[in-house]
Amino acid sequence: MTETVVSVRELQTTFHTRAGPVRAVDGISYDIAKGRTLGIVGESGCGKSVTSYSVMRLIEPPGEITGGSVLLDGEDLLSLPEERMQDYRGSRVAMIFQEPMTALNPVLTIGYQMDEQIVRHMGLTRRQSRERALEMLELVGIPAPRERYASYPHQLSGGMRQRAMIAMALSCEPDFLIADEPTTALDVTIQGQILELIQKLQERLHMAVQFITHDLGVISEIADDVLVMYAGTACEKAPTHRLMDAPRHPYTVALLQSIPRIGRREPRLPAIGGTVPTLHELPAGCPFQNRCPRVVDRCRAERPAMTAIAEGHELACFNPVEDR
Amino acid sequence: MTGFILRRLAQTVVVIALLSFFCYFLMTLMPGDPIDEMIAANPNMTAEDAQRLRELHGLDQPVHKRYWNWVTMIAGGDLGYSRTYRVPVSEILGRSLLNTSLLAGAALVLSLLVAIPLGVWAALRKGSRVDYFVNLFAFAGISVPSFWIAIVLILLFAVYIPIFPAGGTTSIDFGMTPGEALVDRARHLVLPVLSLSFLSIGTFVRYTRAAMIDAMSNDYIRTARAKGLSWDRVLIVHGFRNALIPLITIVTLSFSTLFSGAIITETVFAYDGVGRLVFLSIQRNDFNVAMVAFMISVSWVLLMNFAADLLYGLADPRITYS
Ligand SMILES: Nc1ncnc2c1ncn2[C@@H]1O[C@H](COP(=O)(O)OP(=O)(O)OP(=O)(O)O)[C@@H](O)[C@H]1O
Ligand code: SF4
Ligand SMILES: [Mg+2]
Repeated sequence: MTETVVSVRELQTTFHTRAGPVRAVDGISYDIAKGRTLGIVGESGCGKSVTSYSVMRLIEPPGEITGGSVLLDGEDLLSLPEERMQDYRGSRVAMIFQEPMTALNPVLTIGYQMDEQIVRHMGLTRRQSRERALEMLELVGIPAPRERYASYPHQLSGGMRQRAMIAMALSCEPDFLIADEPTTALDVTIQGQILELIQKLQERLHMAVQFITHDLGVISEIADDVLVMYAGTACEKAPTHRLMDAPRHPYTVALLQSIPRIGRREPRLPAIGGTVPTLHELPAGCPFQNRCPRVVDRCRAERPAMTAIAEGHELACFNPVEDR
Repeated sequence: MTGFILRRLAQTVVVIALLSFFCYFLMTLMPGDPIDEMIAANPNMTAEDAQRLRELHGLDQPVHKRYWNWVTMIAGGDLGYSRTYRVPVSEILGRSLLNTSLLAGAALVLSLLVAIPLGVWAALRKGSRVDYFVNLFAFAGISVPSFWIAIVLILLFAVYIPIFPAGGTTSIDFGMTPGEALVDRARHLVLPVLSLSFLSIGTFVRYTRAAMIDAMSNDYIRTARAKGLSWDRVLIVHGFRNALIPLITIVTLSFSTLFSGAIITETVFAYDGVGRLVFLSIQRNDFNVAMVAFMISVSWVLLMNFAADLLYGLADPRITYS
């Protein structure tokens, strides 16, 4: 039984730069069901964060969401008035970030930062909200929650800060959690603990989770489905085991050959020559054509669209790798 | 923390002592002494009279002896006697100190009230036309000399449109009720306060804008927005609260420059404050007044530096005193 919580359709986000408009996200679509996790992978700069901020409607000028829809339980977030969206942020849709040091306000205590969100969304008094915050700190495995409640972010270790960040994000029991590289900045041993924690809380709260990383090793541990992005576009989307075992898109194949392991921060891509073209100079046709070993004439003329090739498996390529 | 405060206080006292000697020494280097003034004022005085007076006042002794005499006098609670005003220094000083505090305090409050909203506004509209004009205004405030502003204000609001007095501290009128006297006092403050504020508004606007742009570019602002907080809350509790850290230092330190800025303003407006007092007493070789007033200014500057350090620590929990 799959109950769709989030449904993103043809999302497009443009940055109006001096050099002209840049499509940082161009036509991304995906669904995430209750209790399921979608992993989004891709090299640095491919638009993973911009996709997440767009879903939260946190894009600021010169950026602008220029198309598509984001349905949360059937309601389009992109057409809500800003005040209504504020009611949803932090209560129905929550987000955790890569750098827990900079993502927390250095001059306010952990407790204060949790309380302001809880009071805002749950209509509790400060005293009740404190109870709730302590409960959450306990739940994410922070020792001595009462002391940590009164601590400032700099008094916590990186791992503890990320736990506090998670406690804060989940304090209002959101239906949908976006985790933007939540383990990248952490030590390897801590990374594993944080992943486990997110999984444990997901089971408990039955959240849909969008998990962003450029580490395929992490993806295989946590995600049910994977979306591979390249230069703002989707390349391939499939259930995790299928994508790992039988990738069809040349970019996915190259990404997998870079042998990622947990703990490696940047995937090395020995199999892919060249670099990601800057979004200004994207060629017409397939964005991957300059680096693709399987490029054919059609790739330069036309942009491949995402097409279903099997149950839950979609692909945007004119000359995909053979199914093994 | 207590250790830090004590150490800073000790430092401050040492600096004040050194500066006071230096300053005393500088004053003795100035041409002329109070006896020359007396000779100029009294043509019947002979050279022998003058010599006698010098000995009487200890002016024939070497600098370090005279300095020591002065220090022991001050330490004994006696600020000395003003030769030009012919009253004890403490009498004229108290009044002018109050006047200057009023002037500088009002200017500070006005500057902050104007500059902070302007700076925040410009920061939020960085690169827009609003930002451009606010910057232009701030630069004007910083670069235009304050005596010029003072003169323009006098021309505009005392000469062409005579709504405020051109100078002075109060009107000479003995028939005023307390209410009227208060209004009269306030009217005399308006132009000096405006002129003194101009520079600090420019400075504060620039710093507020920079601090706010810096604060708002931090990741925690996005976190605050992702939590669904209202825009006002994001702006004030998360943005401005952090911008406050650099601002506190600037504002506290500028409180001491307000005092020195007051010298020019008070002189142009013939306003009866410490700045003008120092200016006049140096001109007239009135050592006792000049030294005490100078020591107060120096102590004030040092005190404000000290306060800036303490407040900075209060505003930023990451700072520890050790
Ligand atoms: N403020 C901005 N102005 C102009 N372009 C921007 C801006 N922010 C993002 N972009 C564009 O969006 C693209 C995608 O950025 P994004 O942060 O989403 O990448 P990412 O996939 O999250 O990378 P990383 O793995 O490094 O976090 C960037 O390459 C850049 O061209
Ligand atoms: S469409 Fe063509 S260029 Fe693009 S990935 Fe497929 S084969 Fe390579
Ligand atoms: Mg990112």
